[in-house]
Amino acid sequence: MNNVTYDVIIIGGGAAGLTAGIYTSREGLNTVLLERWLCGGLTAETTLVENYPGFPEGVNGRDLTEKFKEQAQKFGTQIIEYSGVTKVEPLEKKVRIKTDSEEYYTRSLIIASGSVPKKLNVPGEDEFYGKGVSYCATCDGPLYRDKDVAVIGCGDSGLQEGESLLTYVRSATFIEFLPHMNAEEILQQRLQKSEKTNFLLNHMLTSINGDTKVNSIAIKNRQTNEEKKLEVSGIFIYVGFLPNSKFLEGVVELDDLGHIVTNEEMKTSVPGIYAAGDVRSKRVRQIDTACGEGTIAAISVRNYIKELI
Amino acid sequence: MEEGKPINVGDENFDSEVLKSGVPVLVDFWAEWCGPCRMAGPVLEKIAQVYGGRLKVCELNVDEARQTAIKYGVMSIPTLNIYKDGQVVDQIVGVTPAYEADIKKKIEPYLK
Repeated sequence: MNNVTYDVIIIGGGAAGLTAGIYTSREGLNTVLLERWLCGGLTAETTLVENYPGFPEGVNGRDLTEKFKEQAQKFGTQIIEYSGVTKVEPLEKKVRIKTDSEEYYTRSLIIASGSVPKKLNVPGEDEFYGKGVSYCATCDGPLYRDKDVAVIGCGDSGLQEGESLLTYVRSATFIEFLPHMNAEEILQQRLQKSEKTNFLLNHMLTSINGDTKVNSIAIKNRQTNEEKKLEVSGIFIYVGFLPNSKFLEGVVELDDLGHIVTNEEMKTSVPGIYAAGDVRSKRVRQIDTACGEGTIAAISVRNYIKELI
Repeated sequence: MEEGKPINVGDENFDSEVLKSGVPVLVDFWAEWCGPCRMAGPVLEKIAQVYGGRLKVCELNVDEARQTAIKYGVMSIPTLNIYKDGQVVDQIVGVTPAYEADIKKKIEPYLK
């Protein structure tokens, strides 16, 4: 809608995007960050972040991202919230970006659109969403005071968010598909010590049941094939994440799961387009790696623009 | 006519403000601790403005009005309930990608 060509547009206001904004705006690059909802990303849904350096007591995820945002804005990043990108079109030495209501031009692009919680696709999951099925312990935990709940997935997210539930619930049963847990050792130890927890490894969830709301789940022991019913009022699902990359199909190279493929400079298959954070094809997905990749992408953008002019 | 702003409701005035309302009511169940609930806020203010006196928009803090939240079985927030003539007629759980449009779609049928 306007004729400005920005130096950088960043898609996504999570840890990666906001950090990229801090760096590009400090370089004096005219930076706009488009966020589809409100800034914060998945970090903001984390109750207590304990492994981000500088906070020995831990820090609330939302408080942390508020600071990231403040810092990006302080150096000049223009943040536009409620602005979801629907289309990315690489043109000659620039990129056109469309949202529902606006059109933007930019010399370079950093995609930090993140990921969303994956569903399990078991019977009852959709039917009981909001009636016992939740993907956000931070949001819904306090609504399960003195109730029995199950947490599906014993990775870092499952244990970390499961731990935040223990303040409220009467008991939490953690269910893991694999024969072992894939979470930080310290989390495993702390949770195993709690009297409120119970762990079922090598088990899979087969259905979620209830009437107007959840009252039980069915699980199956993967070794013995024995099935059993577990009476719970709540079920919190943490079985991984899916990248927000639908709008990029056919634009940049994606891997089999839809993550953006980059080199170590965060460069995608298209010149001028970079990616950082959870949406990128990689092994480690942490807040500080997202920040690190945002930094690298920003510095790569700076170098790219210097060559462009 | 109602003012074009969300009204705070709790256990004590839920009956008078919501159940006995002459117009349909959209109630947002939220809490301080819930990040996604903050995304709903600005959208609801817009809805309240757009529909003026035809729809009442209310906000209910589930921490303060626990009885009402329990009564209506609210187990995820934000939850939006639509009330007409004292009954829940529709619901949206969580913040959806096209939140404003989705809310409008759900409430239009109840506004004659």
